[in-house]
Amino acid sequence: MSEPLDELIEKLAADGRRVRRLAPPMTRAMLWLGAVLLVSAFAVWSFADLPLFMSRIDDAKLRLELAGTVLTGIAAIVAAFHLSLPDRPTTWAWLPVPPLVLWVASSGYACWQHWIRFGPEGWTLGESADCFRLLLGVSLPLGAALLLVLSRARPLNPTPVAIAGGLGVAAIAAVLLQFFHPFDVTFMDLGVHAVAVGLVILAARMSSGLLGRPEDQASRG
Amino acid sequence: MTAGGRESDEPRWSRLMAAAQDGNQADYARLLKEIVPMVRAVVAHHHRTPDRIDDVVQDVLLTLHRIRHTYDPTRPFMPWLVAVARRRSIDAIRRRMRTEAMEISDDTSYETFADPLANRELEGREAADALAGALAALPRGQREALELVKLKEMSLAEASAVSGQSVGGLKVNVHRAIKALRAKLKGG
Repeated sequence: MSEPLDELIEKLAADGRRVRRLAPPMTRAMLWLGAVLLVSAFAVWSFADLPLFMSRIDDAKLRLELAGTVLTGIAAIVAAFHLSLPDRPTTWAWLPVPPLVLWVASSGYACWQHWIRFGPEGWTLGESADCFRLLLGVSLPLGAALLLVLSRARPLNPTPVAIAGGLGVAAIAAVLLQFFHPFDVTFMDLGVHAVAVGLVILAARMSSGLLGRPEDQASRG
Repeated sequence: MTAGGRESDEPRWSRLMAAAQDGNQADYARLLKEIVPMVRAVVAHHHRTPDRIDDVVQDVLLTLHRIRHTYDPTRPFMPWLVAVARRRSIDAIRRRMRTEAMEISDDTSYETFADPLANRELEGREAADALAGALAALPRGQREALELVKLKEMSLAEASAVSGQSVGGLKVNVHRAIKALRAKLKGG
């Protein structure tokens, strides 16, 4: 073995303090989702118009859309926690895809129905500006909290972790939006939602460096 | 089993890693020493030169040290180790490609300083050395004539008085000396 390698091993071993092992990724994902559920339940209970939501939830289309959004959020967060570890297969990245398809398809179908009923009015901005603010306003603090937890794993490949996390956070924000946005979705709304979700994923992707860039991890000294 | 590792290594390495996570430095050192051949084999799949392989192996060990808390002792150790080694090997390739894409090869940059003034000083010093060498190689009469007339800027009469050479002889020697120096310095 070369001399520098021997020295390095000695140095690393001398620095080999006891470390706290990470809990399994599924446990960490469930704990994070549980904490978000508690905070969200409090916000919905305190501020949302629940009777109006309960009356809208009878609609099968909305239930399908909501199911797609919830499942996308859960699956993307679970995927992000798994992808943050070096020895988990990258196929975890595909986990949120089926519910995402359900979410996009059901939202698109609702828009199309709205278009048939209202014609060109379907292009009006509606409540989109408020939705946009709410989606970003919820996503950003949630994203920061998720980033903090995910950074514990110091992912070697942070980009897919950030993208999955960004999608999960955006989906959770979209679920909450349903409690504060008691309207049929117009095409314009869908476009604005898509832009907001895209922005959240982009922000997560850009902040992937905060997850611990490999260059930093390998810096000597 | 992946290159460099035997079947029997797996449970032992897993045990050593768990002990290392608990702060056992002797077991940690033993593990790091034992895994080097396996890490080297994985890195050698991606890199060719021994120097680069050594660099990446060190990088893998450093990375392993920083993320050792992510290893779950209930899972096999080798897939975790191979994933880290492979990932860091690929990152090293990407870093090198990025660096090569940003860098422009300029051979003269190895011979000159970035500051033009520094180059002028260096070149001046080199030229002075060459000139001194060429002057020393001149015949005594020519060297003396050149030094007195051109370097000390004496008049021909003064130089003649100092050297004992005739004015005509000084003129001829200066002319020959300059011609000889020009030929010598031009020829390198």
